[in-house]
Order: sequence, then C-alpha cells, then structure tokens
Amino acid sequence: MSALGAQVRTITRQRDKTHPRRINFGKWGTISLFVLPGLLLFILFVLVPIAKAAQYSLYEWDGFGPLTEYVKFGNYDRLNDHKPFRSAISHSFFIMFLSLTVQLPLAMMLALLVGRGKLRGRKIFRMILFVPFVFSEIITALIWMYVFHPGEGLANVAFGTLIPGFEGQTWLGDRDLVMYSLFAVLTWKYFGFYMILYMAGLQGVSKELEEAARVDGANELQVLRYVTLPLLGSTIRLTIYLSVLGSFQQFAIAWILTRGGSPANSSHLISTYLYKFGIKTFRLGYGSSVAVVLFTISLLFSLGYQRIVLRRDYAD
Amino acid sequence: MRSSTYIPSPTTLKIRRGLSVALKYTILILVCMIVVSPILTAILGGLRTTGEFIARPFGLPTRGIQWENYTNILEDNIFWRSVRNSLYITLASTTFTVILSSTMAFVFSRIQFKGREVLFNILSLGLLFPLGIAILPIFLQIRALHLTDSYWGVVMPLVAFSLPSSTIILRTFFRAIPPELEDASYIDGCTRIGFFVYILLPLARPAITAIATLQVIAGWNEYFLSLLVLTDSKKWPLTLGLMQFQGDHATDWARMMAYVTILIVPAVIFYLFAEKYIVTGLTGGELKG
Repeated sequence: MSALGAQVRTITRQRDKTHPRRINFGKWGTISLFVLPGLLLFILFVLVPIAKAAQYSLYEWDGFGPLTEYVKFGNYDRLNDHKPFRSAISHSFFIMFLSLTVQLPLAMMLALLVGRGKLRGRKIFRMILFVPFVFSEIITALIWMYVFHPGEGLANVAFGTLIPGFEGQTWLGDRDLVMYSLFAVLTWKYFGFYMILYMAGLQGVSKELEEAARVDGANELQVLRYVTLPLLGSTIRLTIYLSVLGSFQQFAIAWILTRGGSPANSSHLISTYLYKFGIKTFRLGYGSSVAVVLFTISLLFSLGYQRIVLRRDYAD
Repeated sequence: MRSSTYIPSPTTLKIRRGLSVALKYTILILVCMIVVSPILTAILGGLRTTGEFIARPFGLPTRGIQWENYTNILEDNIFWRSVRNSLYITLASTTFTVILSSTMAFVFSRIQFKGREVLFNILSLGLLFPLGIAILPIFLQIRALHLTDSYWGVVMPLVAFSLPSSTIILRTFFRAIPPELEDASYIDGCTRIGFFVYILLPLARPAITAIATLQVIAGWNEYFLSLLVLTDSKKWPLTLGLMQFQGDHATDWARMMAYVTILIVPAVIFYLFAEKYIVTGLTGGELKG
C-alpha cells in the first residue's frame, strides 16, 4: 500500500512540475499546431489541384497512366474551335448580364420594402423570400423541372390562366427559351441572398440624411437616387462582384435542368461543358484546359475589380 | 417664392400613403407567391400518382392522397442509409471547418510573426476559386490520394474550400475582442491555448454558430463532389439518392416529389430555427432583428 502511495505522490509531483493542466507550446508551437493542419488541407485540396490543372491542360490525357502525350496548346486550340464551347462562354456571360440587370435590382427593391420601415409583417415576408436559399441546388432543379413540365406544369398553367390564348411552352427544350428559364430558376434560388446583403447595408444608411433630403423637398425617388443608393455603394459593389463570380460557377441547377446541355449541346454553361466534354468522356487534359479558362476569367475579373472598383472600400 | 410650392392636404397625404402601402403589399405578396408556389406544387405532386401526373401534371390529387409515395420511401433502408451518409458528411465537415478556421483565425488575429500577412493573403486567394470551378482538378487530386469512395474525399475538399471565408469572418470577430482581456488572462497564468479555449471561443460563440450553420447547409446540400467521388451507391448522401427516380426514359415524378418533400421539411425546420445565424454569417453580423 505504502509503495503505491509513494508512486502516486511521485506522479503528482511530476505533474506539478510540468504544469500538465497548463500546456504551453510556446509561440511557434502554437502557431504550427493551429495553422499547419488547416494550411496543409488548403494547399492539398485548393492550391495544388489548381496548379496541376494548368499542367494537365497541356497534355492529351485520359486520366490513367503517366502524362506522355504533350500537345502544347492543342487543347486550347480545339476549345476555341468547338462551337458548343463558344456558346457556353456566351451563355455564362448572358446569365451574368441578366443577374446584374434583373436579379440585383429585384433584390434591392425587395430589401427596400422589407429591410426597414414600419410595414407590418415585414419579418414574415423576409423569411418567406429567403427560404429558397437553404434548399440544395438539386432540389431546386427538380422542383423546377416539375414546374416547367411541358404538359400542364405549373408554369404553363399559370401563364395559360393569366394570358388568354397562351400556348404551352417547352421551357427547357426550346433553345430560345432554355437560358431564360434557367435564369428564372437561378433568380428564384439566389435573390434572397443578395436581398439579405442589401438589408445589412441598409442598416448603415443614416435616416437623418434621408430625412434632411426630404425636408429640402426631394421626393422619394430622388431620396433613393441621390442619398440611399450612393450610401449603399460598398454593398452594391460587393454584390456585383459576388454575382459575376457566381454566374461563372453555376453547375448543378444548369446540369439537371438542361439535361446536360440539350437540345444538341446548345444550352451549356462553361461548367456543364467541362463536365460533359472533360469528365464524362475521360478527356481530362481537355477538361483541364476548360478549367484553366474558367480560372483565368475569374482571376482576371477579381484582380481587375479589386484594383479598380473595390479599392476604395478597403480604405480603412 | 417658397409659398408657391404645392402643399398637399392631410387627407391627400393619407390616401397617398395608403396607396403606397397597398402597392408595397401587392408587390410583396406577388413575389412571395412566386417563391412559394413551386414548393407547394412539388409537395402536392408527392401526394398524387405518377399516372395522374402524366395525365395532368399540375393539379390536386384526384385518386385520393397517395401516402404510400411517402411510406415506400420511409420504409426503405436505402433511404435511411442515405440519411446517415448525409449526416456523416455534414457533421464531419462542420466540425473540421469550425476547429480549423477558429484556430487559424486565432493565430492570424492574435499572434504576430514574420510571414503572417503572406500566409493570410495566400489563404484569401482561395476566395477566388469556389469548389464548383475547380471540381475537375480536385477530383484528380482525390484520386491521386486514393480517397475515392471515401467520405474523406468529400469532406476534406469541402472543408478546404470553406476555410478562407470562415477564417476571414472569424478573424474580424476575434480582432474586435480587446487585447486587455488577453493580457489580463496571461497575468492570471493562462497560456495562449488556455486563453483561446476558455475566453476567446466562448466570447465568439455567435460568429462560430453562424459559420457552423452555413457549413451545415453546405454539407447537407453537397452534390457535385459526392457525384464524382462516391461511386459506391452505399455511400451516397440524400442528394444523390434523388437521382434514382430519374430513369433514362421515364421519371417516377410522384415518388421523386415525395422524396423532395421529405428533404424540404427538415431543411425548412432547420431554417426557421437557424435563420438568425445564417443571416449573421452571411452579413458578418451587420444585420440584426
């Protein structure tokens, strides 16, 4: 017994000496323990893959075996010649253009309606408007496939009731319509996100300034144009940035709704093109060149936008 | 001069305000209807038979409510296996995101060292490359690391791509906590790690909850990575399970919409409870109430 007691006492004394409940790794110990795991993960799954994509894009590669067939810029030349890729790029820009001119203003209008003021029930409206944001992209896409059903889906029934003589449309099968239909779905899913950002921005707009403008005889539209919107400048610039990058990232909703770019590869976005012609067909070198084009567009836009437009917002 | 300005009578003002309120409600109710009606249509669709759907895609159930669309799914073990898989992916990616981003944000906000800004800028670069854009190279990397058909192959890229934004949000938050608090805790014998665990983290709880909430949504909704990485259907999350009803030629619409409804319900319930945190997370705490 006494031997055991002595043992325990020794252990306790040792523990006291090393302060076991106050582990101290020192400055560099803490830094490495805290930063390295995350940084490693980031390098392994973000930086390295992106760098490697640039390399793969110079090869003809089916994804198996070593990289042997060096084709220089051959993949890029083929991309440039492929009509579906060109139309995919223009579709991505088309979605981007509509997002900036329709989706953002709509989000702004709704934010002005429910973001502040005394309108009764504005919190309930806010909650409803923001619901689609939590749905997954695939659920969104399936719900809307159902709505756009060419027979008597909700879209055809609703337009048929509202507009006399309206003929049922194949919303997703008609190449003139499919991009608009896709855009409608993207708007349904994402306008709530921008609305929330605008509402946050509105909290920083001083009511006194708006009141001062009103006292000076400005009407509501003038107050909006000359006081509220300029004060929301930094939020608006941020949403434009997110919206442009977001337009180039769309994949799941577009992939499901267009059934992989149909009809006849006429409705691709850059990302769905990459999946169909790069991944599904195991032409990974070719797919990588699409990815590099996508990175380059995003990178150039981001750098340019941050340099020129966002710079003044970082002035603090 | 000013006297020539037209001053509307109080009654006119009242009418005008009434009209503007009515207009506002009209717009809001209209938009809300557009937002809600597709969801309701899908829910109704799950209550009908596929036969009814083919005859008339949009409408109320005419052959009685088809509860078996739901019971068939809920009695299926494959469904519950997908639920479990989705939970694995969600919980693992949320846990790792919270741990890794809070520790990184602690160092980037509180410990001075050479090269800190460089490291932080490299991390911020990640904001430029969302998961969707980089999916092909990531898939190749996962394959090179032999992580295909493993949950880690989905979870680790998910975490890696959420680190930049969550670290930046938390760093801003940690910076706002006064340095005096840190000095005081060191004087009281706290170590750096002790300060982080016992003082900083509890103080930053709103921000951490916000990040966790956003990551729960991202993990639960994850689709693209699982599609590429998980070829074994036993490992499929709920989002991939949805595709089982979509055949090459015929789609079992009724069952699919029932499945959609089953997935919508927990999402909406979660949303009702977590809305505050989602909004905090997205706006960096600027929007309250």
